[in-house]
Amino acid sequence: MIRTRTLSRRRVLAGTGAAVASLGFPAVLRAQAQVVKIGILHPVTGALSYSGTQARHGARIRIEEINAAGGIKSLAGAKIEPIYADCESKPDVTTAEVDKLADDGAALILGPYASGLALVSTQAAAKHNMANVVDVGVVDAIVERGLTNTFRFAPGLKKVTSTALENLVKINDAAGKPAKTVFIIHEDSAFGTGMAKLLNDELPKRGFTILGTEAHGTPTRDFTNIVLKVKAADPDLVIPANYYNEYVLFVRTLVQQRVQPKAVYSILGGGASSIKFVHEFNAEAQYVMDCNHWYDPRKPASKALTQKLAAQKIDLTYEVMLNYACMQLIEDALERAASADRQKIIAALAASTLSDHIMPYGPTKFVNGNNEGAQPVNTQIRGESIEVIFPKEFATAEAVFPIPHRA
Amino acid sequence: MPELSILAPAVLNGLTVGAVYALVALGLTLIYGVLHIINFAHGSLLMLALYAAFFLKVLLGVDPYLALPILATAFFFLGYALQYGVIGPASHGKEQNVLLVTLALAIIIDNLALYLWTSTTRTIDVPYGFAVVDLGIALIPVARVIAFLAALALAGLLSLFMTATDLGKAIRAVARERDGARLVGIRVEHVYAMSFGIGTACVAAAACLLLPTFYVTPQVGYAFVLVAFTTVVLGGMGSFLGALLGGLLLGVVEALSGLFLGESLGQIGIFAIFILVLLFRPTGLFGSRLA
Repeated sequence: MIRTRTLSRRRVLAGTGAAVASLGFPAVLRAQAQVVKIGILHPVTGALSYSGTQARHGARIRIEEINAAGGIKSLAGAKIEPIYADCESKPDVTTAEVDKLADDGAALILGPYASGLALVSTQAAAKHNMANVVDVGVVDAIVERGLTNTFRFAPGLKKVTSTALENLVKINDAAGKPAKTVFIIHEDSAFGTGMAKLLNDELPKRGFTILGTEAHGTPTRDFTNIVLKVKAADPDLVIPANYYNEYVLFVRTLVQQRVQPKAVYSILGGGASSIKFVHEFNAEAQYVMDCNHWYDPRKPASKALTQKLAAQKIDLTYEVMLNYACMQLIEDALERAASADRQKIIAALAASTLSDHIMPYGPTKFVNGNNEGAQPVNTQIRGESIEVIFPKEFATAEAVFPIPHRA
Repeated sequence: MPELSILAPAVLNGLTVGAVYALVALGLTLIYGVLHIINFAHGSLLMLALYAAFFLKVLLGVDPYLALPILATAFFFLGYALQYGVIGPASHGKEQNVLLVTLALAIIIDNLALYLWTSTTRTIDVPYGFAVVDLGIALIPVARVIAFLAALALAGLLSLFMTATDLGKAIRAVARERDGARLVGIRVEHVYAMSFGIGTACVAAAACLLLPTFYVTPQVGYAFVLVAFTTVVLGGMGSFLGALLGGLLLGVVEALSGLFLGESLGQIGIFAIFILVLLFRPTGLFGSRLA
């Protein structure tokens, strides 16, 4: 029996497919080698979802810019591949997500916004010898545990509060010392209570008299009684230390009950540096001052970011700014490391002296993972925007203090 | 020591908070005070009504005040069905069984809410949310004034209903003498279910009046249910006037203890009053005729 081989249409197609594949595969393999995976870990669901989503936007925007500009040059134009992870505002989920990111081949991790989450993410990342660039996480314990993989770019609580008190004295002196008395309102967990104690210790040393300190729970939905006490005490300054919902409700109740202090001055204020507050309750938000994380608004990169956020309809908040800046820090470290090796990236971050980023910081200098070059600025809500009023070298507006009397 | 100038506004503010307590207690006084159904699910039903009002506003844009008649009707049927289909049959006429059944209902409703809507605190924003009425000595939020007036109206309506309608008379008859009521032809199960339905409708009304100045979480009912029981006992079992005045009194007590002891300790005063009433006037302020 003789078999004849005919060239069927199916055979032709198969042969062509194989030929195309043999040409195509090397290209794909090459592209895979040119990728640096970075875990972008934030609480995008749960109680902190607003902040977490904002933070993710900041990282995403800078990653898109880096990739569009040709990737990491020292790695032959390697692109950055973000692996977005959600730690659901829960510490246990955060740990699990860090392990998953390590398994997925992340070279390092950026995140996870909140202090309570950062305390566990840094520890979990250390297990995999993976760098964790902490975007916010103000609690100083994060950088006081000897973890060599931890790099917190933003200033911590000690730095922020001491700067806030120094700046308060300067702003008050410049206006001819109109403020002599203070009333403190704080939420009754670790953050608010700690801040209230610190203010009670430090403000009298700086010549202020504290007329009252009132605690409240979270959530609180009625500030009338507290505001009545503030009204009776008639302080020059009101200092709130609480989270967004209570912050906004408290300030609104102040206006509702027609209490007119010379200023509302906050430190890491829950709502005071939030454009959401400015947009939703514009009249009540006017002239509120804060000492918080904020970018240097005069830098060209900051202006470009502001425009980009407006175009994408994303709120301009410090979470976006800090994550954008952290990606600038990571980009610089990757360029110098010229490797996606976890240990080399840790060494490059530790040696960073970067000053070309959007934050108003001095050159980066990590000491035990704490960026000694970082500092907060003072902001004030004016019209539809949040202006920097202090320090002078970054200011976009003069402080309005005491604030004008409301009609 | 707070200054005297803030006492008057604090008392007025307490009165408006007390009106909300009274609103929640009015439904309970019908269910618990008249029929002696110890309804632990009262707070959970309040929470459910708050979520209903919240979602009506957020998803359909219905203002809570406009939602009031809709939700009151819906919750009347829900309450009727709960008593007629679940609590009544499951309790076999024993009061201690009612307690357990309503407790179970509360646990089921609360955990379902936690599962479906998470523990996130939710609020609505209405244009009149921060408008105030200037009374000269105090600035009172408009929504609170509305709740205050609504509590007065509701207490009056319920009193009238109990004395002037056949159903009201039937409810009182069942409360006094169940078997006797049955003998004269009153459908006891129907009367129980109607009372429970009306009580639940009151809760829905309270939720609609509460939401503009309050928040909703799956745990929100607890804050009110204990105060509501206190209000019913303080006012006197089954007395609508007592529930109203009891609620107002507790609001003022809470405001004043918050003022003098600190905001976190405001509710101490309420429970101190509860113990004092049980010790010295167990029939409540207006409960002597039922004693």
